Amino acid sequence: MTIPLHGLADHGEGPVSELISRCVHCGLCLPTCPTYALLGVEMDSPRGRIRLMKNVLDGRLEPDAAGYDDHIYKCLDCRACETACPSGVEFGKLVEGARAQIERARPRSAFARAMRWLVFRQLLPHHARLAVLARLGHLSKRLRIGTLVRPLPLGRRLASLLDLVPDRAPSARPLPASVAAHGAVRGRVALFQGCVMRAAFAGTNLATARVLARNGVEVLVPAAQTCCGALHVHAGEPTDARELARRNIASLEALDVDAFIVNAAGCGANLKEYGWLLREDPDWRKRAERFSGLVKDAIEYLAELGLSAIPGSLDATVTYDDPCHLLHGQKVRDQPRALLRAIPGVRFVELGEADWCCGSAGIYNVTQPDLSRQLLHRKVEHIRRTGADLVVTANPGCEMQLAAGLRADGSPASVIHLMDLLERAYGAR
Amino acid sequence: MATPFVAGTRGAVLHRGLVDLLGEEQVLWQKHDLQLYEYDGAVDTATPDAVVIPRDTADVANLARFCSEHNVPLVPRGAGTGLSGGAIPVEGGVVVSFARMSRILELDAANLRAVVQPGLVNLHLSTAAAPHGLYFVPDPSSQKACTIGGNVAENSGGPHTLAYGVTTNHVTGLEIVLTDGTIVRLGGKAHESEGYDLIGLFVGSEGTLGLITEITVRLSPLPEDKRTVMAAFPTMDLASEAVSAIIASGLVPSAIELMDQLATVAVEASVGAGYPLDAGAILLAEVDGPRDGLDDHRARIEELCRANGATSIRVAETALERDRLWAGRKGAFAAMGRLAPDYYVQDGVIPRTRLPDVLRRIAEVGERYGVRIANVFHAGDGNLHPLILFDGSLGPDVLRQVKAAGVEILRACLDAGGSITGEHGVGMEKNCELPLQYGPDDLAAMLHVKRAFDPAGLANPAKIFPTPSRCREFSLHAARSV
Repeated sequence: MTIPLHGLADHGEGPVSELISRCVHCGLCLPTCPTYALLGVEMDSPRGRIRLMKNVLDGRLEPDAAGYDDHIYKCLDCRACETACPSGVEFGKLVEGARAQIERARPRSAFARAMRWLVFRQLLPHHARLAVLARLGHLSKRLRIGTLVRPLPLGRRLASLLDLVPDRAPSARPLPASVAAHGAVRGRVALFQGCVMRAAFAGTNLATARVLARNGVEVLVPAAQTCCGALHVHAGEPTDARELARRNIASLEALDVDAFIVNAAGCGANLKEYGWLLREDPDWRKRAERFSGLVKDAIEYLAELGLSAIPGSLDATVTYDDPCHLLHGQKVRDQPRALLRAIPGVRFVELGEADWCCGSAGIYNVTQPDLSRQLLHRKVEHIRRTGADLVVTANPGCEMQLAAGLRADGSPASVIHLMDLLERAYGAR
Repeated sequence: MATPFVAGTRGAVLHRGLVDLLGEEQVLWQKHDLQLYEYDGAVDTATPDAVVIPRDTADVANLARFCSEHNVPLVPRGAGTGLSGGAIPVEGGVVVSFARMSRILELDAANLRAVVQPGLVNLHLSTAAAPHGLYFVPDPSSQKACTIGGNVAENSGGPHTLAYGVTTNHVTGLEIVLTDGTIVRLGGKAHESEGYDLIGLFVGSEGTLGLITEITVRLSPLPEDKRTVMAAFPTMDLASEAVSAIIASGLVPSAIELMDQLATVAVEASVGAGYPLDAGAILLAEVDGPRDGLDDHRARIEELCRANGATSIRVAETALERDRLWAGRKGAFAAMGRLAPDYYVQDGVIPRTRLPDVLRRIAEVGERYGVRIANVFHAGDGNLHPLILFDGSLGPDVLRQVKAAGVEILRACLDAGGSITGEHGVGMEKNCELPLQYGPDDLAAMLHVKRAFDPAGLANPAKIFPTPSRCREFSLHAARSV
């Protein structure tokens, strides 16, 4: 096995110039950008980053420039700027293109290359290995390995990674191949299990299937599926992402279902963009577009379908933190709030800056720990002001980050996926 | 008119000097960073020699002293949303970004005042004041992003300044750093100050007199309620008749806006507010104030729109619907990216009754130059915003042609008895056209004021006043046509 010099593969692409030219540099995105708020420089604003891409395109800046690398990777890829942009600039696609361009142009250290190879090739696409890692992580956490390794070289990074490991032990039991609808059948879907979700949050996958089943939906859980490739796309490794996309499409597209259901916002946004990812592959583009057209977040699907079973009552003050890739990436805003309000007994309180990234942003909390921590503090401060017992969200990265932030803050509030909360409410009937 | 400016210290000496003075974190000097401070919301560009991001007034004063010793121009920058090149360092020098001076220093709700730093985003002030039942009136379309400092420098307007006045009517105090580093405080929280109205002078001075480091603004009570009416008309002519009828009726709407079909198409794609796409013109009118009587005013507006040919009328039922209608109008310029890669916006003011004539001339200009022009219009106060669409990547000639078309539009405004700028400022974008509006003596009087505050000419040079190097082409043009 060889570890290539420039990222994992030659992607032969950069940010698409037609997308760049949509930007009229009006600046309306600036106040919605978390990194601009923290750093206050144009280079760390969406408009500035687009200008950097344009300067590379125009030959005014080298694609391997250290400054380009720095500012493009300081972006959270939270896509809040897309929500703000009246011209419809698709910033996520741009920054992801820029990262692919950088990975092609800029040599990386042996360590960085080894980490990329390990994470993107040897871990994420292999759920059995991820499952082992999740159990190891949980064990290390219980043994307080973090405290032991903190003084060692790289120990601080490892310790802060362990801080993110959920308190709940990962479930070892695989999901059943299908969950039958309760009562009259209102729909038939396939559940996309994800990679991190499957390894560390299998309980949430089960809850998702059960909640849908309680509402008259037959849920298939196909065994043949792999990581969606979102983290690869975000890290400038689209070639590997395409391979994962092809595998998922090939194994799922023949299923006779109304929708492919996903409960991780980051995966959902990526699955919905398979058409874009494979746009230059004539054999796959149409298939990818059709597949993407059927992808729905569980929240989106359930809210559209409407609850046929009334949840039981929960006595709790609840707030909701929008996962960026659900709100900005998929424009799903009102649906989760409607579902929360449908749970009897729940007192829903809006969270200030719910539309702001918590700093998790895929692997951003590992690659940019300082900025990530500042955003997390800001988020925890807002959560404190709500007085909520439960912070609801809908993405594994956000869940881990928020939980770590609240634990460090000594907050009694706990974090829960909306599907877990709904299942808990149904259990309370 | 102004003496051509020759910048002093540049390059590594300047960078080292600034870093020694203010610290590494406050200074940008690498090429790829400076290239990101060469643009604003409009079309002109120029690269600064350095960017300084001050933390406080002391930083600004130290910087100004340094720059005056080394003969370096100072160009203030808020969010870079401006539309006349106000923040563009056309003669080089230091761009002073106020991005990290963005705090509300005091919110004195009882006295209806707030003391803020210049980098504060306009909307953030109204958001902070809202729990006290107050807001900051001036609402430029870019209010989500533009800064109060920029608003003061440009004396910005906005849709709702029709009834309540522009920025200058809402500023009661300023702290200024002059180019020699002197810190001057003007006014305060009081309603009126003694002596010369220097606040009035500094508001709208576009950074050419000094740097604004603190602003005391007037806050206003939020209206008890609002009614927002959207009416569709087959033509802009009919819509402008309706506007005249509304004003003539004695009603004082807080805002009356018009958009033509091309603008509406872009806006609707952006917000999906339900603007009819087949209408020749969309009118947006709002009345606000005590709830009693509001519905009568709304009904009167509807009646007048119908009498003047409105084909459909919609009243916003909820705050959300109203917000969406306004989001569309306010995002109109920024939505132009859906129609073309670039746009060049004009800001002429005309007597409202001349709108049909002027629009016809604008359309003619568009045909002659082979460019599409979308129109967005603060109809209540006759402030036109024709948006000339183009593709700047096709070469510098394209921009030159587009600017020539812009000059013709301004001329049409002046011929109609109007002026060349309503609220975007003169900057470097219309400075060559200023002599169309003012005679030599008028301009000389203004220059005396500039020199009194900035004798060395370091405060945002080559703005407002025509410069020989950049305006030669224009003088010939003007000489031919006068």
